[in-house]
Amino acid sequence: MRRALAAAGTATLLALPGLASAQEAPAAPPLNIAAIVMFLVFVGLTLYITYWASQRTKSATDFYAAGRGITALQNGLAIAGDFMSAASFLGIAALVYTSGFYGLIYSVGWLVGWPIILFLIAERLRNLGKYTFADVAAFRLKREPIRIMAALSTLVVVIWYLIGQMVGAGQLLHALVPQIAYSYAVVLVGALMIIYVTFGGMKATTWVQIIKAGLLLGGATVIAVAVLARYGFSFEALFAAAVKIHPKHDAIMRSVAPIGSAPNPVEAISLGMALMFGTAGLPHILMRFFTVADAKAARKSVLYGTCFIGYFYILTFIIGFGAIVMVTGNPEYFDPITHALKGGGSMPAVWLSHAVGGDLFLGLIAAVAFATILAVVSGLTLSGASAVSHDFYANVIAHGNVSEQTEVRVSKAATVVLGIIAVLLGIAFEKQNVAYIVALTFSIAASSNFPILVLSMFWKGLTTRGALAGGYTGLFGSVLLIVLGPTVWVKVLGFGASVFPLDNPTIITLPAAVGIAWVVSILDHSKSVAAERARFDDQYVRSQTGLGAEGAAVH
Amino acid sequence: MTTSARYERIRQNPNFQALCRSRDRLAWTLAGIVLVLYYGFVLLVAFGQDFLGQPLLTGSVTTIGLPIGVGVILCAIGTTAIYVWRANTYFDALTKKLMEETK
Repeated sequence: MRRALAAAGTATLLALPGLASAQEAPAAPPLNIAAIVMFLVFVGLTLYITYWASQRTKSATDFYAAGRGITALQNGLAIAGDFMSAASFLGIAALVYTSGFYGLIYSVGWLVGWPIILFLIAERLRNLGKYTFADVAAFRLKREPIRIMAALSTLVVVIWYLIGQMVGAGQLLHALVPQIAYSYAVVLVGALMIIYVTFGGMKATTWVQIIKAGLLLGGATVIAVAVLARYGFSFEALFAAAVKIHPKHDAIMRSVAPIGSAPNPVEAISLGMALMFGTAGLPHILMRFFTVADAKAARKSVLYGTCFIGYFYILTFIIGFGAIVMVTGNPEYFDPITHALKGGGSMPAVWLSHAVGGDLFLGLIAAVAFATILAVVSGLTLSGASAVSHDFYANVIAHGNVSEQTEVRVSKAATVVLGIIAVLLGIAFEKQNVAYIVALTFSIAASSNFPILVLSMFWKGLTTRGALAGGYTGLFGSVLLIVLGPTVWVKVLGFGASVFPLDNPTIITLPAAVGIAWVVSILDHSKSVAAERARFDDQYVRSQTGLGAEGAAVH
Repeated sequence: MTTSARYERIRQNPNFQALCRSRDRLAWTLAGIVLVLYYGFVLLVAFGQDFLGQPLLTGSVTTIGLPIGVGVILCAIGTTAIYVWRANTYFDALTKKLMEETK
């Protein structure tokens, strides 16, 4: 059956180049063989690189910090690679495509998180020699309850983040091979991800991130330059053409909310807070400060990373406008019956790559985007699985009496369960914009992990009870309000009017988490409080100088 | 000598206080700049749509909001560069000196 389809597709392509889509019956669109071959070659290549790198991963330092052998420039690319996920490449371009200027707010918000992390958090974290916020908080507070909270919020953040990536990957695969229905495409991605993680390839995502970041930067540059060249490198001419062709015309140059919904100042501020502070609260983003040899290189890599991300986000903005002028109105990219964009709402950047570079370029961009998603998804799943196996199972349930094999088995089981959850949620969220979904993830991270991380580093008065009360308030509060908000309650679950008016609850949950952590800490008179506060002074010296941190700060 | 005693000696060293003071001052100043610029942008998005939506030049399609948004991105990169340069020269040297003095 499949071979027959492929043969039919090839025949059509050979016989009627350029007319293929117009002549085909909608039920069996032609297979884009060139794009698919290109796609398979690149996905295979990244899988091979991961395998190659995993063969060279021996020690725990290799595993967690890539042996500290990564240069500042490479690390900067890897930092950028983490950020150039499905959400930013497909999502921001798609937001710009539908809502114009509004997409730029996401670009700005996601970027400005980085300098804040560098100025206020990264230096101290590296000096403390701690990888995650759980390690920092557990430095002077009670380990067990703090770890349970950290594991729980890691899991929640990972699952939400996975939804966005799954939706992106599912739409991408479905767009490339229309014969695979969206839900099957998501199942396929989930299966690939589980194989990928259990196969052990995840041990060296840094290299995949570096190569992928390079390819994606190059590919996006080519698309943006091709778009600009059409308009004599005049932004004004590009915008003018976009305003002319977009159904909402000049509204796209002034949009401060998604086109079709009323601007809401509270929502805008809330989104702004989530985008900026969520980055610092993501479970494994801070790991990248440890993959280089010393603090100098770590700082330099943040500078490189910020430059790449900033450049890339400006490109996605141009790509979004390019899609407005080159994808809109081109029947090749729209379903002849529903008139909706083929493959779903996240595809404008992908179709634009076809419009500028043909089938091979489409295959390349789709493959790079897919490899990105697979790398991000596998990394996230692994961190979620290790939260279950290491923090929950080994430390809390088994109290440390657990063999490495058992821990690995628990971790693999957790991977499968997480994969299944991600697939189900990915199917439920099919129609949502991926940048939007990821922004909700940032909201949870900004409300739960971020306040506790900052308070434990900057405020001597924080106690275990205060940290737990604040962290759980932020975590459950943000999840509850997101579920009750318009995106999930109305669009995904299909109930009537939303219970909570905002999409993004950060403006309420972040201050609530800080406030409750503060009040509970002040009222806390338990026995351990004095010792917890006393340890702050040593923690402070260490965070400023790096003294006592194993191998983290080389002076 | 225990680590805790050395922590205490570091705390007493004037260089430690100088390091913390100057680094905190720079870090918070730069963070303040980024926060003010970014939240200024966010507040404009929330309340100043008419301002952001003005044409950049008379009659142009490009609005004022675009260079402002891109400007915030460039400022974020610029402040990062300032911090990295300062930390990699001055702060690292000061930390090294402090570590040698309190050995």
